[in-house]
Amino acid sequence: MIYLPHTHEDIFSMLQVLGVDNLDDLFSTVPEDCRFNGHLNLPEALSEWELNDHMSTLSNTMAVSPEYKVFLGAGSYEHFIPASVSYLLGRSEFVTSYTPYQPEMSQGTLQAIYEYQTLAARLLGMEVATASHYDGATALAEALLMAVRITKRKKVAISSLIHPLYRRVVQTYFEPAGYEVVELPYLNTGVTDDSGLDDMDDLAAVAIQSPNFFGCIENLQVLGQKTHDKKALFVASFTEALAYGLLKNPGSQGADIVGGEGQSLGINSSFGGPALGMLASSKKHMRSLPGRLVGKTKDLDGKTGFVLTLATREQHIRREKATSNICTNNSLCALAAAMYMASLGGTGIRKLAQLNHDKAEYLKKELKKAGFTITFDRPTFNEFVVEFPSGFEANHKHLLEKKIVAGLCLAPYYPELANHYLLCVTETRSKDDMDALVREVKS
Amino acid sequence: MKESLGTTGLLLNEPLLWEKGKKGRCGFSLPRRDVEPCSLDEEFMGEGPDFPDLSELDVVRHYTRLAQWNFGVDTGMYPLGSCTMKYSPKTNEKQASLPGFTGAHPLLPSGLSQGALNMLFEFEQYLNEITGMYATTLQPAAGAHGELTGMLIIHAFHKKQGSKRSKIIVPDTAHGTNPASISLCGFRPVPVTSNEQGILSVQAVSEIMDQDTAGIMVTNPNTLGLFEENIQNIAEIVHAKGGLVYCDGANMNAVMGMVKMGDIGIDLMQLNLHKTFSTPHGGGGPGSGPVSVAKHLEPFLPVPRVIEENGAYILAQDYPDSIGKISAFHGAFGVVIKAYSYIRRMGPENLKKASQLAVLNANYIKEMLKGTLHLPYDRPCMHECVFSDKHQAAQKIATLDMAKRLMDYGFHPPTTYFPLVVPGAIMVEPTETESKEDIDQFIAAFKAIANEAGENPDLLHHAPKSCKVKRLDEVTAARKPCLAG
Repeated sequence: MIYLPHTHEDIFSMLQVLGVDNLDDLFSTVPEDCRFNGHLNLPEALSEWELNDHMSTLSNTMAVSPEYKVFLGAGSYEHFIPASVSYLLGRSEFVTSYTPYQPEMSQGTLQAIYEYQTLAARLLGMEVATASHYDGATALAEALLMAVRITKRKKVAISSLIHPLYRRVVQTYFEPAGYEVVELPYLNTGVTDDSGLDDMDDLAAVAIQSPNFFGCIENLQVLGQKTHDKKALFVASFTEALAYGLLKNPGSQGADIVGGEGQSLGINSSFGGPALGMLASSKKHMRSLPGRLVGKTKDLDGKTGFVLTLATREQHIRREKATSNICTNNSLCALAAAMYMASLGGTGIRKLAQLNHDKAEYLKKELKKAGFTITFDRPTFNEFVVEFPSGFEANHKHLLEKKIVAGLCLAPYYPELANHYLLCVTETRSKDDMDALVREVKS
Repeated sequence: MKESLGTTGLLLNEPLLWEKGKKGRCGFSLPRRDVEPCSLDEEFMGEGPDFPDLSELDVVRHYTRLAQWNFGVDTGMYPLGSCTMKYSPKTNEKQASLPGFTGAHPLLPSGLSQGALNMLFEFEQYLNEITGMYATTLQPAAGAHGELTGMLIIHAFHKKQGSKRSKIIVPDTAHGTNPASISLCGFRPVPVTSNEQGILSVQAVSEIMDQDTAGIMVTNPNTLGLFEENIQNIAEIVHAKGGLVYCDGANMNAVMGMVKMGDIGIDLMQLNLHKTFSTPHGGGGPGSGPVSVAKHLEPFLPVPRVIEENGAYILAQDYPDSIGKISAFHGAFGVVIKAYSYIRRMGPENLKKASQLAVLNANYIKEMLKGTLHLPYDRPCMHECVFSDKHQAAQKIATLDMAKRLMDYGFHPPTTYFPLVVPGAIMVEPTETESKEDIDQFIAAFKAIANEAGENPDLLHHAPKSCKVKRLDEVTAARKPCLAG
């Protein structure tokens, strides 16, 4: 086996040093009745080229661009990734190292993550961003747990226009510890209804996603103000990080903590993972942040260098009193995001975000022209809700055969929105793709 | 000793990203604009982030230089104990980058994602077989996330039984993630001390196990690299009082095909695909932490579950006792592809062989270095061995000094100062993918360093000398944090 370097001679001479006769004897401390003496029932080993064949067969069944025109967003977005980013990300010094516990040998990872923290903080308009979390949903859950710790209150209010799957993850994290999650309904304009907040007391946090699950842009400033009037922390979430190339960022609108998804920033959809949980806060709350942080410092000669820092918040030091149990995070995904943001630059991200916005507006306009209702007239970023005639479900299935995925059916998530679909357009969908979609849904 | 691996080399300095570039450059090929511009209401417009503008080559050189300051498994031996830094086969990367996988949207209808669902389904079966468990979820995104999932399942199980329990027993040798996962789930960790042999005694557990204890969380093999020999009797005691036995399977690399955890009283466990199943560690993730459970815990697994129905794979949601969702989508699918590829390339015999060789390598190092370094538990170990700096204390040389000096010899240091039960611990996990020659060179380097400790201790105190930077001021970094530029 090419991954196992030992020759018979190696094994023999090493066993001799240990004074045992065979490999099985190395397991003398495993009691006889704990041993498995059978043969693992797994498929026999494949050669490398047999594996290629097998995996191609599996991957070829997947409906992906360019063969399929997929108008799905809802937390995972198809954006173009430059070859330079994929190439650099494959550097094995980044890929095959681990958490930089030994900073002298890990300055590459450390500087790169420090730069990621900086770019992420600038994108979100916050002072401090962590080295990464698993995904947007877990970053949001951790942001809310952080608010519970800071305020010592046990109830949070979250918008029903936060991604439905994120809300389920928050529920999973909150339930056993006995914390309460209250959902804020939405208005028929497609934004969060905050009127219920007036009667809620003792809130640790109010969480709002913008652009929200319907793609609509929330007025974070007003919601933030209202949250602060209630003496609660304002937590902003997002699924489409690219939006902040164009829109006001959460930090400039009063967010205390931000937790969302950075997959758009140079990370493939990859069936939903690995992704990039982005978590940021004001400096005031920095010591309550969960997860790894990289800081700048000096070495013995006064030369600038980087280290993991504020470790006294973390599980390996604080154990059960840690701010989180997180250890391995999604460092390489953060690195991809940093490379992507560096490639775009300030000028590029502005142009790209504008283009995403404009393309979605084009599709919206054409669907309207074709007689469909755009449910919410609130400004949106790159996705929006459209109402198709009843019975469209059959048409949606029919379109799949024509290799068009005409958005996400909202009814399973919002039962009141039967026949409503969430459509997403990024820079990877051409005008021709959109025209074809409109033609097909009309027919 | 052979010529040392460590040498000098030309490393280039590289400023921070925002200290480079010029307004108006771009390293990104913007797509053609084929629609009219359409302005957004001013009320919502921001200024856009303050990112530096760089050319493609600016970006390429930046990250190439940074990469050269790093050390990975592909560079050299990385015997970080408890982390299983084995070789990550290149074909795994290739499979994970197939366009059908990278481009797949997680909310595709199941009819359009059969390949991915098929792989997830099969991979769950493989892990069931390796662990001896009944069912597996692939949704947890890392080992600690798997631990949390496990604790949530334990919580849900007791709730379903109508009992409310507040404690989980956890040995003093546990990873820090264990007590943190326990308390994140609202339980209180109750420590239990390991015995003079470095393992749990039946008596210690029976003294504290009671009806208010939801279960026990045991790392097996444990963080001293020792097999928990009394595990079956301990499981009986915990079960008799209505508790569950969780196994932290981070060290499964020692016992694949040798021990099936489901057969020895374990109710549930997590696996770390980035350790045992060769997926790369990525400078700190992404990992993947599947949880495998016995039959009585299956109803509590996260949803959706991949099931086979009439020859097709579908995502099933209808599990009323499920703990819910632990990740937004299906977990770290891209990581699962790599682990799946690994198992398919290895097959059953090689997986077992990998564990045997991992144990051989660790015992060989233990035997060869035990005169040089203090060995607190002189017994056959599993996949890793734990030394301490006790012999060097008289020379005022600490674990840290030896670890830093190892860098000058071209090795990544072992895990240091963990587990906590061994003061000044040096935890070495070579893994099975290191050859005898490389291990011999590592041993020789450690012996040379022990000599230097007597003859020229300053060499160690001032180490490393060949890295990009010298020892860094971590105290100031924490006191006056500078976390963004």
